[in-house]
Amino acid sequence: MTTRHILRAAAICGVGFVVLAGNRGAVPLAAQARTPAKPQATKSPSKEPATFGIGRPATPAEIAALDIDVGPDGVGLPPGRGTSADGAPIYAARCASCHGKTGKEGPNDVLVGRLPGDAFPFAKDPRAPKTIGSYWPYATTVFDYIRRAMPPDKPGSLRDDEVYGLTAYLLFLNELVPVDAVVDAASLPKVKMPARDRFVPDSRGKPKPGQPARR
Amino acid sequence: MKVSRRDLLVGAAGVVALGKTAAAQSPPTPSDPSKVRGKPSRALGQRAASEKPQRQPRGAASSATPHQDLYGTITPADLHFERHHGGVPEIDPKSYSLLIHGMVDRPTVFTLADLKRFPSVSRVHFLECSGNFGGRGTVAELTPQQLAGLTSTSEWTGVALATLFREVGASPKATWFLAEGQDAAVLTRSVPVSKAYDDALIAYGQNGEAIRPEQGYPARLFLPGWEGNASVKWLRRIELSDRPFMTREETSKYTDPMADGTSRIFSFLMDARSLITYPAYPVTVSRGWIEINGIAWTGSGKITRVDISTDDGATWTPATLQEPVLSKAHTRFRHLWNWTGREAVIMSRAVEETGYMQPTRTDLLATRGVSTVGYHFNPVTGWLVRPDGTVVYRTEQWS
Repeated sequence: MTTRHILRAAAICGVGFVVLAGNRGAVPLAAQARTPAKPQATKSPSKEPATFGIGRPATPAEIAALDIDVGPDGVGLPPGRGTSADGAPIYAARCASCHGKTGKEGPNDVLVGRLPGDAFPFAKDPRAPKTIGSYWPYATTVFDYIRRAMPPDKPGSLRDDEVYGLTAYLLFLNELVPVDAVVDAASLPKVKMPARDRFVPDSRGKPKPGQPARR
Repeated sequence: MKVSRRDLLVGAAGVVALGKTAAAQSPPTPSDPSKVRGKPSRALGQRAASEKPQRQPRGAASSATPHQDLYGTITPADLHFERHHGGVPEIDPKSYSLLIHGMVDRPTVFTLADLKRFPSVSRVHFLECSGNFGGRGTVAELTPQQLAGLTSTSEWTGVALATLFREVGASPKATWFLAEGQDAAVLTRSVPVSKAYDDALIAYGQNGEAIRPEQGYPARLFLPGWEGNASVKWLRRIELSDRPFMTREETSKYTDPMADGTSRIFSFLMDARSLITYPAYPVTVSRGWIEINGIAWTGSGKITRVDISTDDGATWTPATLQEPVLSKAHTRFRHLWNWTGREAVIMSRAVEETGYMQPTRTDLLATRGVSTVGYHFNPVTGWLVRPDGTVVYRTEQWS
């Protein structure tokens, strides 16, 4: 709608008021008795069809280009491999400035460190660091997260082999794999994380009257 | 000189300097506006020049809603809280698309125009970050914005996710779906499919206009009543599966360490909470009648009652709830209090339709321990009204 249209509409509004006022003046108010609206034949609201036929089929190539997630079972891990020796120089160049020289110094998330006896004191000790070795339940998540979001200054820029190397290096620093371990699609899902069995799905469900309070 | 509530609030928000600068640059307000011709109509409205509500950024990745400056229950879209994990992306709505694939009969790509062709639905709901408890420290000079500014309420418009799942032929065997954003974090969360058939939306509208960039423009997942992080913004992909994906955000983050040595995972529901927004720091009150008011909300449904205590929890009186009370939305409560000038701690506690009552700090600490982050912390909190009329946050021991 152009400005001219709007102006014209405004002008019509003005004229309309005048005409209405004139009519009111001419017809006695009592004569304007409202007649009830005639019952009209109405149809019931249309039902949603099973499908609308909106959208277009996704091609396998389109799906493959976006489908980067890696599951805890390793589904989605790409071909490629890496060792801690591959990952160490990449870590020093791309990660250490935020996570510290050895992964323990920060200033951003502390990535490295185990707790004595792989204890899980996080509700009791606010200072206990939540590292890959102490708090991450799945090793596959390390690969998935680095590949999709790191490093923040150039997210998603690392090649799969580089991500495997970084994953191997971080797992090695956390004493979860040997220094010469080859990390790939077959080996990564098998890495047992110390915190694996600490995570319990929220089972409280929706609150129901009479049930114990949700806490 | 009488100092108004507004003056104090503006001062506390640290924007005194800004206000002065703006005043120096704009023409003086006429002493009698009826003697000066007013401004012409304009294409885009603006707030009154003297109104300067501000979000309060915490670092680069979040900002909080100024609850102390707001009335009613709807949060203006430009004051809706923010939380993002890779910055706010710029997305061209013309090239935007949403892919739905995985355990579906027909993997499909929807453009933004496609999403808008489906039957639409509008609902008023709050959204809250599960890390919305800022009261753990020892600082008494804490505003409602700092205490609980990571919750906001909007009218959201979009297409029911159930409609899209029927469109693509979602498998009845699919139990979880992955939602993935198009931000630099390519943020991912796993969500139970049942939520899609309950009340999940793909939202493109907020308070009558397109959703704001900070809220996921041009389209986001919206899961009413659930922790904000799971309502993935800038949504580019949904993958249906028969198991959760165990993404970084739902394992190493957004999990709740428990006192029993476990960590609660997939704790989606936001429990009932209430917040007195007046009187609260930094206002000063005078003795006499004070309308205590604030907001209450719960992810479980409707707020049925908000109790007010003006004697540090010794006795409680139900507040008046502003109708209509909407499900999973901020609810305004009000309570008249005749303040005698004696020191007092005022508190509110919310009760929801399931009977759940907002817990005390002691209750929560017994179950959750004293973890650093404290997701899903919704304790009853208090404001201390001092004899001189100043109001501060009543700090408590958290460890």
